[in-house]
Amino acid sequence: MSEPGRQVSIGEPSVVLDVVYRLLFQTVILIALYLHLAGHNQPGGGFIAGLVVGAAFVLRFITARPQFASRRPIRGEVAIGTGILLAGGMGITSLVLGNSLLEHHAWEFELAVVGKVKATSALVFDTGVLLVVIGVVVLVLDVLGSEGDQPAGVRDEEVTR
Amino acid sequence: MIVVLLAHVVGAALAGALGPRLGRHVFLLAGLAPLTTVGYVAINAGDVLDGEAQAESYRWVPGLGLEFSFRVDALSLVMLSLVGGIGVLVFVYASRYFHGDEAGLHRFAAFFTAFAGAMTGLVSADDLLLVFIFWELTSVTSYGLIGFNDRSAQARASAVQALIITGAGGLALLAGLLLIQIESGARSFSELEGMQLSGTVITWAAVLVLIGAFTKSAQAPFHGWLPGAMAAPTPVSSYLHSATMVKAGVFLVARLSPAMKEVDTWRFLAVTVGVLTMLWGGYRALRQTDLKLLLAYGTVSQLGMLIATFGVGKDKLYTAGVAMLVAHALFKAALFMIVGVIDHSTHTRQIHELSGLARKMPLATAATAVAALSMMGMIPFFGFVAKEFVISGFLAANFALIDWATAGIVVGSALTTAYTLRFLWGAFADKPGVETDFHAPDAAFVGPTILLAVPTVFLGLFPSLAEEFVHPAAAVLEASAAEVQLKLWPGFVFALGLSAIAITGGAILFAFRRPIERVQERLALGIDAAGIFQAMLSGFLRWAANVTGIVQSGSLPAYLGIIIVAAVAIPAVTIVGDVTTPDDLVAAESWLQVVIVVATMAAAAGVTVARRRFGAVLMLGAVGYGVAALYVVQGAPDLAMTQLLVETVIIAFFVLVLRHLPDRFEQGPSFTQARVFRLAVSGLVGIAVMIIMLASVSERTEVPVDAEIAARSLPEGDGSNIVNVILVDFRGFDTLGEIVVLGVAALGVVGLVRTGRRERAGITEPVTPIAASQPTDRTGPTDPTTPTREQTSV
Repeated sequence: MSEPGRQVSIGEPSVVLDVVYRLLFQTVILIALYLHLAGHNQPGGGFIAGLVVGAAFVLRFITARPQFASRRPIRGEVAIGTGILLAGGMGITSLVLGNSLLEHHAWEFELAVVGKVKATSALVFDTGVLLVVIGVVVLVLDVLGSEGDQPAGVRDEEVTR
Repeated sequence: MIVVLLAHVVGAALAGALGPRLGRHVFLLAGLAPLTTVGYVAINAGDVLDGEAQAESYRWVPGLGLEFSFRVDALSLVMLSLVGGIGVLVFVYASRYFHGDEAGLHRFAAFFTAFAGAMTGLVSADDLLLVFIFWELTSVTSYGLIGFNDRSAQARASAVQALIITGAGGLALLAGLLLIQIESGARSFSELEGMQLSGTVITWAAVLVLIGAFTKSAQAPFHGWLPGAMAAPTPVSSYLHSATMVKAGVFLVARLSPAMKEVDTWRFLAVTVGVLTMLWGGYRALRQTDLKLLLAYGTVSQLGMLIATFGVGKDKLYTAGVAMLVAHALFKAALFMIVGVIDHSTHTRQIHELSGLARKMPLATAATAVAALSMMGMIPFFGFVAKEFVISGFLAANFALIDWATAGIVVGSALTTAYTLRFLWGAFADKPGVETDFHAPDAAFVGPTILLAVPTVFLGLFPSLAEEFVHPAAAVLEASAAEVQLKLWPGFVFALGLSAIAITGGAILFAFRRPIERVQERLALGIDAAGIFQAMLSGFLRWAANVTGIVQSGSLPAYLGIIIVAAVAIPAVTIVGDVTTPDDLVAAESWLQVVIVVATMAAAAGVTVARRRFGAVLMLGAVGYGVAALYVVQGAPDLAMTQLLVETVIIAFFVLVLRHLPDRFEQGPSFTQARVFRLAVSGLVGIAVMIIMLASVSERTEVPVDAEIAARSLPEGDGSNIVNVILVDFRGFDTLGEIVVLGVAALGVVGLVRTGRRERAGITEPVTPIAASQPTDRTGPTDPTTPTREQTSV
C-alpha cells in the first residue's frame, strides 16, 4: 500500500445492515432451497441456488466479518471437494450400473401431506454443482477478505482508517 | 484377467493401509497379488499353450472405441509367468531385504504391488491404447520406486531422469501406435495379427514405436537412466530393471515384428541399435567396480541382444528370442538378488572390498555361479541353449547387415563372458590383503536366488521342457517357429564354434582386465549418458525460462488485450467480407431493448475511461445487469437470474480486492493514451463479436438443435426446465468439467493470494514470476480468472 488514498472498508459493524441480515438470512436460504429443488422443472437449479446462498454469505461477510470468519458454516475447500465427488460419483455410478456416463433416472412416489413427488438422480448431480459454487464463494471471501492480507506488521484497522 | 488386476489394486491399497502396522511383513501380504498371476497362469496354461488364447473384454469408453480388452496367448503367458513367478520370489526377498523400521515402507510396498499390476496388464492387454496406458503406469510406478529413498538427492534425480526418458518414449510410442491404428485400421494386437504393414506412414510409426521401446528397454543412447536407477532398493533392480519392466520394450518389438516384416527401417534400427547397445553395455560393464552397476550395464547389453534378436523378424530367432528372454529373466533376477544379499551381509558392493565370500556362503555361491554361467552362455545351462540359438539364428538370417550383426553378437558375447567372470571374481574370490566383515543372511533372503537357479539347470539339461512353452510362444509370432528344435548339444556346427570363440575371447579379456581398465580410463571422455542428459535438461530449462521471460510480461491488461484481440478480432477480420445479413434480421423487437442496450453500451464505454477503480467496477456491474435485463425481456429467467447473481457476487469480490489497490488509476498523459487505447480495443472487439454472430446465424448449414432439445427434455431428461436439463443431463459431462475448473480456479486464486502474502511478509520462497508480479500490476482491474469462468459456464 504505497499510495495512501481512500480505501474501501468492509466489515465495520453497522446496525442497519445487521438487522437486515438477521431478517433476511433464513428466508434467502429457504429461497435457495426452493430454487434448487424446483430447478429441474421451473427456473432455478444448483448453479443458481449456489449463487443465492453465496450472495447470502456475502451479506453476512459484509455485515459481520469476524463472525463470518469464526462461524463459517463450511470450509470452502471441503465444499468444493464434496461437490466434485458427488457430481463425479453420480456419473461413475451410472457407468457402473451399466448406463452411459451421467445418465439420469427419475422415480415418482407418494409422500404424506405433500402428495406426488418426483425425484431424479439429476438432483444429486445438481447438489454437487450447488456445493462447488458455495465452496468457491466461501473460499474466495475467506482468502481475499482475511485480515492477514495486509503488509506485515500493519493491522487491518490501521489501514482502513 | 480382470480378477488378477483387481487383486493387484486391492493388494496395493491394503499394503498402503495396513503397511505401517505390518512392518516389512507387508511384502508377504502384498505378494499374494503376483501369486494370483501365477494362479492364473497355472489354470490357463493348458489351453493357452494348445493355442487357445484367452480373451476378455470390458466396455470402457465406447465413444472412443476404448476397451479393457485382454488377450492372453502363449507369448503373454510366458511374460505373465515371469511377472508373477519372479514377482512372488522378489516379494518374499523384499520381506527380508528391508528393515522393519524403514520409513515409507508401506508406500514402497503399495507402489511395488501397483507396478506388478501394471506389468501384468501390459503383457496381457490387447487394445493398443490400453497397452500404452499400462506402459505409462509402469513408468509412473517405477518413478516412485527408484525414488524410494527420498532423502537422497541422487535417488530423486535418478527417478526424475528415468521418468522423463521413459515418459518421453511413451509419448513417441503413443504417436506410433496411433499412426499404426489410423493406417491399418487395427485397434488391437489380435487385429494386427497376420497383417503386413508398409508405406511411409508406417515407417514413421515404426521409428516412433522403436523410440518408445528403446527408452523403456534402456537402449543407447537412452540407456543412461538404467544405471542411474540402481539407486533403487535391490528388489526393484531385480524385478523392474532386469526381469520385467525393461522387457516391455523387447516384448513390444517382438509383438510388432511380424507385422513390420516388410518395413526395412524397423529391422535396420532394431538390429543396429540393439547390437551397438550390446557392445557398449558390455564395454562399460567391464569398468564397473560396483557389483550392482556392473549388472546394470550387463542388463543394458543383454537387452540390446534381445531387441536385435526379435527385430530381425525370423522364425528361428523368435524361438531363440523367447528362450533368451526367459533365460535372462531367470539369471539376472537371481544375480541382482545375490548382490542385495552381499550388500546386506558385508555392507559393501565394491569388488575391491569383497573377499572370501565363496567359503562363507557356499550354497549361495553355487546358485550364483549357475546363474552367472548361464548368463555367460556356458554349457549345460539354459543360457547356453538360448544364446547358441541366437547365434545360429543370426547365421541363418539373410539381410544387408547380417554379417556385421552376427559379428557384433559374438563380440558382445565375449564381453558378456568377461564381465560375468569379473562379477564372479569380484563377488566371491579370495583377494590377498582384503578382509570383509560378514554376517550370515537368513534362509528366506537367499532362498529366492537358489530357487531361480533350479529352472536354469533343468531347462538347460532338458531343453524339451523349455520347448513346451517356447514353441507356442514363438508360434504366436510366426507359425514355423514351432518347428525349430531347442537342443542342448547342437553337434559340431559353426555356431558352436562362435560360442566357443566368444567364451575364450571373454576369458582372455578377463585375464587382461588390468591393462583393459587402464585403456578404458584413458579413453573415457569424462562424459556419460547421464551427464549428457543433465546438460540437455538444464539447457532446456534455461531456454524455457528465457521464453517465459519474454512471453509472460506479468501485466494482466496486456495478457487480456492480446487474448481477446487474437481470439475475436482476427477471426472476424478474415470473415468480414463474406458475411451476408440474414433476411429476417430485425434491429430491435421492442423499445425496451433499445433503452437497455444503449444504457449497457454507455456503461461499457464508461468502464474503459473511468478514472477511479471503484467506479469502473460499478459500471462493469451495470453492464452485467443490463445483459440480465435483456434476458428478462427475451423471456429467459434462468439466464437472467444466473447473470444477476454472478454480477452481484463478483462485485463483492472486486470490492475485496480493491482494498489493496490505489483508489485511482495512475494519472498523467500516459493515462489519457491508455484510455483511448482501451476504448479502441473494446470497440473493435465489440464489432468483431457482432460480425461473428451475424456470420454464425447466416451461415447455418445444419438444423438447429434447440427444437430437438426442447422436445426431448421432458421425456428423456425428466424435467421441463430445458436449461437445467441441458446442464445436468444432456451436457452433464461439460458441467462436470466446468465445476472442476471452477473449483481448481478458486484454489488457484487461493494459491496466488497466499503466495503474494508470504512474499510481502518477507518470507522468501521460490514463486513463479506470474504470482510474484501479480500484486504490482499497474492498471488492470483484478484477477479475472474466476469471474470470467463463472460467466462462461452459464
